[in-house]
Amino acid sequence: MRDIPFSNCERDFIIQAIEQRSRLDGRGVYDYRKMQLTFGEDRGCCQMELGNSIVMTQVSCEVTPPKQTRPSEGILFVNVELSPMASPTFEPGGRMSDFGVELNRLLERCLKESRCVDTESLCIMAGLKVWTIRVDCHVLNYDGNLVDCCSASAIAALAHFRRPDVSVSGEEVTIHTLDERDPIPLSIHHMPLCVTFAFFSQGKYLLVDPSLKEEKVMDGKMVIGMNKHREICTLQMSGNMLIMKDQVLRCSNIAVVKVTEITELIQKSLQADSLARSKGQPFGFPAAIETRKVTANEKKSEVIDVVGIEEKAEQIVQCAEESDEERRRRRKKRRRRRLE
Amino acid sequence: MCEVGGIGLPGDKIVDKETDGRIVLGPGLRKETEHVLMTKPGKLCFKDPNIYWVDSHHKRYIPVRGENVLGVVTNKSGDTFKVDIGGSEQASLSYLAFEGATKRNRPDVKIGDQVFCKLLVASKHTEPEVVCIDSSGKSNGLGVIRDGGMTITTPCNHIRKILSPDCVLLKTLGNSLPYEIAIGMNGKIWIKGRTTKETIALTNAIACAEYMNNEQISLMCRKLVNSLSGF
Repeated sequence: MRDIPFSNCERDFIIQAIEQRSRLDGRGVYDYRKMQLTFGEDRGCCQMELGNSIVMTQVSCEVTPPKQTRPSEGILFVNVELSPMASPTFEPGGRMSDFGVELNRLLERCLKESRCVDTESLCIMAGLKVWTIRVDCHVLNYDGNLVDCCSASAIAALAHFRRPDVSVSGEEVTIHTLDERDPIPLSIHHMPLCVTFAFFSQGKYLLVDPSLKEEKVMDGKMVIGMNKHREICTLQMSGNMLIMKDQVLRCSNIAVVKVTEITELIQKSLQADSLARSKGQPFGFPAAIETRKVTANEKKSEVIDVVGIEEKAEQIVQCAEESDEERRRRRKKRRRRRLE
Repeated sequence: MCEVGGIGLPGDKIVDKETDGRIVLGPGLRKETEHVLMTKPGKLCFKDPNIYWVDSHHKRYIPVRGENVLGVVTNKSGDTFKVDIGGSEQASLSYLAFEGATKRNRPDVKIGDQVFCKLLVASKHTEPEVVCIDSSGKSNGLGVIRDGGMTITTPCNHIRKILSPDCVLLKTLGNSLPYEIAIGMNGKIWIKGRTTKETIALTNAIACAEYMNNEQISLMCRKLVNSLSGF
């Protein structure tokens, strides 16, 4: 579908606001929108909300033959899905837009080339069988800055994921089910996270975490992929503008702070999730729904008549037992008939 | 079965109040043989003497004749402009439909400009047509909006709520923050305060008032004014 048109008056206003150091949603220049991380009931499922941008990531695994060039390493596969549900401008079907390709490549570079996941530990039998880890990011709603949202949700999902245990004896490989042996977490060395900077008026003004409207007005953007040890994993600039060297350095200093914050948030949510799981408290998406919202439905508690409920239950149980006995009798009869 | 003021689902029959049997059906209702059924989920509303309609959260605009809308000019071709008003199809706007425009004296409209206009034609099967003049040829507040300000998009049901005479939002805001506003029934609101900061505050106040009642709105306005003046 066609893009929702953007009027000149909105464009002018946003630039005017940025020049006065204020943003449409009342944030500061270096502030992120409200970030929220929820884990699903399944391992490796995670939903990241950054303001109104929502991305859900699911990690899955399967056993495949390795790549010829790297016979003793597992494979990490990253995929971003832009469905028209997220924004009417995204086209349905398999073909990806330029924006989708850019996002996918950036995420792939951030996760694969930073070697954050130890692929060698994913090898089962060198040259024959390895684990392929698949990361699927589904964009559920688009309100700008998908890169940061996708990268944070992808790494959080990877950290949350558990793969089934395997044992190798000679040529035979056994994959143990979840009941037999506890599944194993992936070994993750560090958490690379992307931070996006938008530039306006030829690099004169910069904003962290641009929203959709700000993204439409910006001259260009720079994405810094970084982990909390201050190691830069990716750096990409797009758009037509030139920026100064010290501007880049300033951005990387801001990125350090932001990455530390986001890493902390991910760690905290992971801990809260594992605590809830081990204690048997409710976890997953249903537990994360707030009932005190206008958009949430809550059923009021009803008064239930409990008089004579025990006798009723006993009756039902008796009926069930009787019917069980009848069934057994019938089965015996049938067997006898067959024998005759 | 759904009564007036209750929440219904598509397929629910509506319960007629004590009218003489002749009723007017608004959006979301349809007559099926002898019953009136709801065709969309929402709250069933009633207005004296005999009008029924369904009100619900609604983002897509369905053009209605006579409504004021805020659109963006997307294309110029020959003697008409194409205006995006948020409907399924773009509306056409003749260059003669401006105040004081003649064949020689064309209005100054560029692509990307915002126009506040009135729907002249809106039917199921034809392209909607908008104009920027009333029947006497006067602009009457309509026309191109050019001098600054910001536009926000809200659900259509929020627009109806703001414009209803019971809603105190615009009045309470205006008591302490003077502003200029153009409200389109298609969910677009253009607003301009004295300064950039005030405009941002006003847009946020309008956007967050969707799920508030009048008391909450006046409380929110008071808080907003306090924080703007630096308390």
